[in-house]
Amino acid sequence: MNNKSRNYFKRRKSCPFSGTDAPFIDYKNVRLLQKFLSERGKIVPSRITAVSAKKQRELSKAVKRARYLGLLPYVVD
Amino acid sequence: MALYEHIFIVRQDTSHQRVEELTKEFSEIITKNGGEVKKTEFWGLRTLAYKIKKNKKGHYTLMNIESSSSALKEMENSMLLNEDVIRSLSIKVNKFEEGPSVMMKSKDDKEVKLNLSNNGDYSNQYSNNLNNMDI
Repeated sequence: MNNKSRNYFKRRKSCPFSGTDAPFIDYKNVRLLQKFLSERGKIVPSRITAVSAKKQRELSKAVKRARYLGLLPYVVD
Repeated sequence: MALYEHIFIVRQDTSHQRVEELTKEFSEIITKNGGEVKKTEFWGLRTLAYKIKKNKKGHYTLMNIESSSSALKEMENSMLLNEDVIRSLSIKVNKFEEGPSVMMKSKDDKEVKLNLSNNGDYSNQYSNNLNNMDI
């Protein structure tokens, strides 16, 4: 049991938007937002990117605003 | 009075001059109704991520506006009626960010990168010259 848990141990990543020099989530910052999109243009779930729930809500709002303005695609074919 | 960030996109086949005229027109609506346009930023002709009203590109303009909601509403209405404006979005913010927005900064980055790549070419030429000299 102990051995098994050691095999599957992963370091818990911290949220990229918390901390002292964390970037501000802005719908205009397309390059930042693009890091949190999949190849198809979908928003990557926070369990993969380790973004906190609060920041994920902000992020999704920013992405949706950028999509409306034609800065980010809704779908990538 | 509240603070708004307002972005609007103008059709691709309008001239740069016409976009500036439109920006002036819209900011006049705000100032007439007792508001103030703190900053306007022209992002230039950008490619849209998807087609909007058969346009592949658009002129982006950002305005930082301090005005009443009624004045903003009036401007939004005239934008909806204007056929040159293909999309507009206003967002209420608590405070404006200082200095130029990320969009302008990223443009600068690109220029810097281009310069760097040029330098790279020069260094290549330089090394080629060196090689020739060795021969």
